[in-house]
Amino acid sequence: MITRPLLVQRLVWFGLALLTLLTLIILFFIIGYITVNGAPVITPEFLFTMPERMGKAGGILPTIIATVYVALIAVVVATPFGVGTAVYLTEYTRESLLTRVIRFGADALAGVPSIIFGLFGFILFVIRLKMGWSILAGGLTLAVMILPTIIRTSEEAIRAIPEQFREVSYSLGGTKSQTVMRVVLPNALPGILTGVILGLGRSVAETAAVIFTAGSSLRLPKTILEPGRTMAVHFYILAREGLSMERAYGTAFLLIVVILVINTLAYLLMFRLTRRLK
Amino acid sequence: MNEKIVARNLNVMVDEKPVLRDINLTVMANEILAIIGPAHSGKTTFLRCLNRLIENQPGFSRTGELLLDNRDVRYWDVDELRRRVGMIFATPVPLPGTIFDNVAYGPKLKGVRNSRLLAEIVEKSLRAAFLWDEVKDRLFTSALRLSGGQQQRLCIARTLAVEPEVVMMDEPCSGLDPISTAQIENAIRELRAYYTFILVTNNVKQAARVSDRTAFFLSGELVELGPTAQVFTAPRDRRTDDYVSGRIG
Repeated sequence: MITRPLLVQRLVWFGLALLTLLTLIILFFIIGYITVNGAPVITPEFLFTMPERMGKAGGILPTIIATVYVALIAVVVATPFGVGTAVYLTEYTRESLLTRVIRFGADALAGVPSIIFGLFGFILFVIRLKMGWSILAGGLTLAVMILPTIIRTSEEAIRAIPEQFREVSYSLGGTKSQTVMRVVLPNALPGILTGVILGLGRSVAETAAVIFTAGSSLRLPKTILEPGRTMAVHFYILAREGLSMERAYGTAFLLIVVILVINTLAYLLMFRLTRRLK
Repeated sequence: MNEKIVARNLNVMVDEKPVLRDINLTVMANEILAIIGPAHSGKTTFLRCLNRLIENQPGFSRTGELLLDNRDVRYWDVDELRRRVGMIFATPVPLPGTIFDNVAYGPKLKGVRNSRLLAEIVEKSLRAAFLWDEVKDRLFTSALRLSGGQQQRLCIARTLAVEPEVVMMDEPCSGLDPISTAQIENAIRELRAYYTFILVTNNVKQAARVSDRTAFFLSGELVELGPTAQVFTAPRDRRTDDYVSGRIG
């Protein structure tokens, strides 16, 4: 058989380009479909008024507020635990059975379906710790859910810091904690932020884990001890109960926009941070 | 002159393998001691024992004595020890950040907060490392934009900023061009009055140019230690002769 490198090259190029194109088409089809159906629904009234008749009419203000609350609690609680664990795993222990168990646990947790987290949060936070259906219980459940993501991305970011940076710090009389605080964490910050942003995105978009824990009340949550319905849950209920497909698409569109905005802000922030360090 | 550093029967093992064997040597205060020898002869290990960076390595053990000012390094407070015994690495490693941040890093660790005092320390250290004139107008730009030779002098300034007594240099010119090398050697000569230098080098000629005495390490043993001129012109040991004349190594 005669091999023809040029032909093979072209075929491979064509195949890869086709696959990329298909991926993009599917992605843009989803975004486009939701935009076409959802964007016209977005009005100031939709965003800033209370829902009426179970969401058949009116706006989605309380779901926006509940989403912000729940996602913020998740990130604020999970970040210190996640980054702390990552620092412990990378800086304060040598590889051992314990670190392998922790890492295996984090990986296993990352693969657990979110509805399991929902049931876990329901049993632990809602029932056992008597929080009831509340923003707090939902946020804590999400915190547990995104913890593995934050641990592993932070760990990777910290591991990527050259060992020489640490040696420089030690050789100048730096203690372990000084080295971690002044050299390791600042330089790992962009990578750590990536994990936090991924977690934030997942929190905003999560349905199963919050429906059992934050509830589905459409009232405006005044404190974090009251129940609330996030945008994702609202979308799910609107679509499932057939209350209003129009408003469901509006909510979905807003969700996508929010996630896009979060990601864009994160990239800008990271860009600025890394530029400052260069 | 007093004895600044003394090693007596120093043995170092890493993972059960001997890396340094029965080292006996003395470094006098304010001298420049060059350590030469081929790769894996234990030169860097010796430096890392002195500032105890080697303790971060798993599987390390040592016997014998290694004294700084008549006190074994293992009894020094480790952070205090490392402030007294500064180290310059083979490849310049500026920390990401500005030139100023780099030089001020050590003093800040010590707890210096006063910004005027910090600025003074930074200027003094950069001047001592012969870098001040080149960077005085861009102290607050990234240290990573400096050339290799400038980065290494920045590292020297950063080490001097914590006011060490001993400065260890681990092949500080291995990646530099002859002009940068000359600048660093020049700095070492100017600073010798204030510090004790241990200069590990693979460059035999560099050892001959700057040092007072030279130690030749081979496979973890100290083969010969003597005045630099003698080691290079009339070595007592065959192996030293072979090495400095380029027959082995």
